[in-house]
Amino acid sequence: MIAFLSGLVRLRRGPWEAVASVVIGAGVVMLMQPWAFWAFSWSFAVTLTGTVLFVIVSHFPE
Amino acid sequence: MSDTAIDRIARRTPPHIARRVRGLSDRAIAWIFITPTILLLLAVNIFPLIWTVWLSFTNYRANRPGAEVQWVGLQNYQRILGNPETWQSMQATAHFLLWTLALQVAIGFALAWLINARFRGSDLWTTIIVLPMMLSPAVVGNFWTFLYQPQIGIFNSVVAFLTGADPAGFSMIGDVRLAPWAIVIVDTWMWTPFVMLICLAGLRSIPPSIYEAAECDRASKWRQFWTITLPMVLPFLMLAVLFRGIENFKMFDLVVQLTGGGPGSTTELTSINLKREAFEKWRTGFASAYAVILFVTVFGLASIYVKALNRVKAR
Repeated sequence: MIAFLSGLVRLRRGPWEAVASVVIGAGVVMLMQPWAFWAFSWSFAVTLTGTVLFVIVSHFPE
Repeated sequence: MSDTAIDRIARRTPPHIARRVRGLSDRAIAWIFITPTILLLLAVNIFPLIWTVWLSFTNYRANRPGAEVQWVGLQNYQRILGNPETWQSMQATAHFLLWTLALQVAIGFALAWLINARFRGSDLWTTIIVLPMMLSPAVVGNFWTFLYQPQIGIFNSVVAFLTGADPAGFSMIGDVRLAPWAIVIVDTWMWTPFVMLICLAGLRSIPPSIYEAAECDRASKWRQFWTITLPMVLPFLMLAVLFRGIENFKMFDLVVQLTGGGPGSTTELTSINLKREAFEKWRTGFASAYAVILFVTVFGLASIYVKALNRVKAR
């Protein structure tokens, strides 16, 4: 956990890609879930944030 | 010394062109070769993508080419994400996607496992199993509508034979509860062979010496499966899921032929919904925003997936 947080602080690719992946995953689940309409409404914003974040952080050093 | 085709072409090249070509670096020649491809990609892929993003912020309608196009900002996105019908369509797609992937992976892997045993006639069985994949989705959709007919359909007769139910008592493509399963069954029937072939390639790439070493160590068949077979087939399996996931996310032809999105909008997948908005209601700007949402979703998912795939391959 400490290594993960340290990686985030030092802008390392691995931990930031993990964060971006979780954000994208959450966005996709929000888009397709059948329970909460508000989650569907916000899903695209979350997915887009995650995807842009992923593209940016994949250029961070290992 | 033999006179090759290259020598003949070199001799026929006019001197002023030959002088120019001789002066080019390897890098310049490489650029000359790849420039047509890059231009084609820009024209066919990148330009339409940028154009679609721009249209998604306008009220453009393709059936009114002369009308003034107005900038509407995020209005199209707000309408899509505030529309319960779009939400319903996303849920239908999720149901279709999850079940087809689960069934195709499970059945495809099991079939590959059986075929890999190389029993007598296994090649013939491979050919027979692969047949559905070679058919056109439009044809498959059409003939499954006959198979699903309550009165004369073979599917209903088989279900009736197995369960004792009345064959005319249920309609796979006319019932709101059964129609989503009807499209899952047909897609699974058609595309399981594809997953099977990829899994078979994975299974046949495992060197027998690994199993022999495991036998020497007295590892059980169960242990061999979990520690040798599955980890070594996993990259192939993930690749199959990626291909099928992307394909099924944009599934259109099969479902249109089979149910047309009905009954009601129970099987109206996002691609069908999108086509209706774009080419029946002619709301091009709205449909472009819809396409951008789907594109970002698939792009995001594919990014995660490719990363996971690379990690599995590196292991």
